[in-house]
Amino acid sequence: MIRAVNIKKSFGDTEVLKGITTTFEKGKTNLIIGRSGAGKTVLLKLCVGLLKPTSGEIMYGDSNFSDLNRRDMRAIRMEIGMLFQGSALFDSMTVEENIRFPLDMFTNKTKKEKLDRVNYCLERVQLEGNNDKFPGEVSGGMQKRVGIARSIVLEPKYLFCDEPNSGLDPKTSLLIDELIHDITTEQNITTVINTHDMNSVMQIGENIALLHQGRLAWQGNKDMVMDSDNELLQDFIFASPFLQRLRKAAVGE
Amino acid sequence: MNLNFLYHFGRYLILLRSALTRPEKFSMYWKETMRQMNDIGIGSLVIVGLIAVFIGAVTATQFAYQLQDSFVPAYYIGYIVRDSTIIELAPTITCLVLAGKVGSNIAAEIGGMRQKEHIDAMEIMGVNTASYLILPKVIAAMVVIPMLVCLAAFISIWGGYTASVATGLITDVEYIQGVRSFFEPYYVFMMFVKAVVFAYILTSVSAYQGYHVKGGSIELGQASTQAVVYSDILILLSDYIIAIILTM
Repeated sequence: MIRAVNIKKSFGDTEVLKGITTTFEKGKTNLIIGRSGAGKTVLLKLCVGLLKPTSGEIMYGDSNFSDLNRRDMRAIRMEIGMLFQGSALFDSMTVEENIRFPLDMFTNKTKKEKLDRVNYCLERVQLEGNNDKFPGEVSGGMQKRVGIARSIVLEPKYLFCDEPNSGLDPKTSLLIDELIHDITTEQNITTVINTHDMNSVMQIGENIALLHQGRLAWQGNKDMVMDSDNELLQDFIFASPFLQRLRKAAVGE
Repeated sequence: MNLNFLYHFGRYLILLRSALTRPEKFSMYWKETMRQMNDIGIGSLVIVGLIAVFIGAVTATQFAYQLQDSFVPAYYIGYIVRDSTIIELAPTITCLVLAGKVGSNIAAEIGGMRQKEHIDAMEIMGVNTASYLILPKVIAAMVVIPMLVCLAAFISIWGGYTASVATGLITDVEYIQGVRSFFEPYYVFMMFVKAVVFAYILTSVSAYQGYHVKGGSIELGQASTQAVVYSDILILLSDYIIAIILTM
C-alpha cells in the first residue's frame, strides 16, 4: 500500500499539487485520472521519487519515501516497476536484452535462469519468440508490452504505469488494461495507473482518484462512477454528447 | 555570470560525487567500460592517425623552410618535430579533435537517454545512472586516449619523416639523427599527464552537459555544442596550467 499525505508540489510560483491525500491499495489497480495539467504525472513522479514534494509525505508502508537517503530510496525502487508513456526501451538493445537488463544489474542468476525468466515475462505479455527484435522493429502496442515485461521481471511489489494506453487503438488498449489488471491480481501488487482513457476507468478502475487543478476532486471505483453526482467527474468521464446520452440511458434519466 | 558559473560548477561536482560510488554490479560496469574503450579507441583510430600524419608533415615542412639559409643543422628538423609533437601537438591537438568527436557523442548519447526517459527508467529500477552512464566512459577514455595520443606521436614523427625526406628537404639519416638527439624521457611523461587530464576533462564535461539536458532536439544540439566548446576551453586552460606545473 502507498499513501500520499497532504502532498504539495510547486514549480517556481506555480503550485501544481495543492495538498493531495490519497491511498493506493495493494492488489488493486489504482487509477489517477484528470484533465491535462491536473497534476497526474507530477503525482506519479513524486510517488516513484523522480520529483521531491514541496511538502507532504509519500509513505511506502511505514517508510516516508521522500525523506529517505539515496541508498534506502534505491532499495525501495528495486521493488518498483514502471511502464513509461513512451515505453523508454533502450533502442540499442534487443527485446530480450531490455527485459534482461534489471536481472543483469541486480541479480546473480545464471544465464539460463535469466533467459527462463525473460521468456516467462515475454510469454506473460504474449510476445514469446520476439527476443531478438529491436524496439524499433515492433509496434507501439508491442513496445508497451515489452515495457510491462521489463517492469515485472524483478517481481516488483509496486507497478506504476504512465498513460499505458496513449497512442494505442481501443483493442490494444483493452489488451494492455487486462494484462496490467491480471498481473496486479496474480502477484498481489500495488498498481498505480495514470490515464486519460475512459475505457480503462470503466474496465479496471478498482480505486480511482480524480485530480482537478491540483486537488483531489473525487475518489471511488468504477461501480460508483455512473451514479456519482460529482459534476467534475461526470464532465470528465462523459465529456462528449454521445457519452452523456449513453449515461442518461444507463441510469434511466 | 559568476553565479551561473558557480551553479554549474557545483552541479558538476555533485554529479561527479554521484558517479564515483561503488558500482551496483562490477561485471556490468566492466562490460560497459570495455564497450566504451572500443568505441572511443578503435572508433577514433582513423581520425587520430590522419591528423597526426599532417601535424608531423606540416611541422617538418615549416621548420625546414625556417631553417633554410641558417647555420642550424638540418637534422634539427627531426629533433623539433619529435619534441613539439610529444610535448604539445600530439596530446593537445588529438584531444581537441576527440573533444569534437567523442565529447559531442557522449553529450548526445546521454542527452538522448535523458529525453527518451531512459535515465528515469534506470533510476526507477534502482540504477545509479550518474555512475553507470558516466564512470565507464571516463575510465575508458583515461585508459584509451593516452594510447591514442602515444600512437599519434609516433605517426606524427613518421609523417614528418615522410614529408621532409620524401620531398628531399633533408636526408633520412639527418632526420633519424634529429629524432634520436637530445631525447628527454620526461617529455613523454608530460605527454601522458596531459593525455590523462584532457581525457578526463572531455568525457566528464560532455557527460555533464548531456546528463542535464532539458527540452527537445534544439537543446540537445546546444548541449552537444557546449560540450565541445567547454571541453576545448578547459583543455587549453589545463594545458597551460600543466605546462607551468611540470616545467617549474
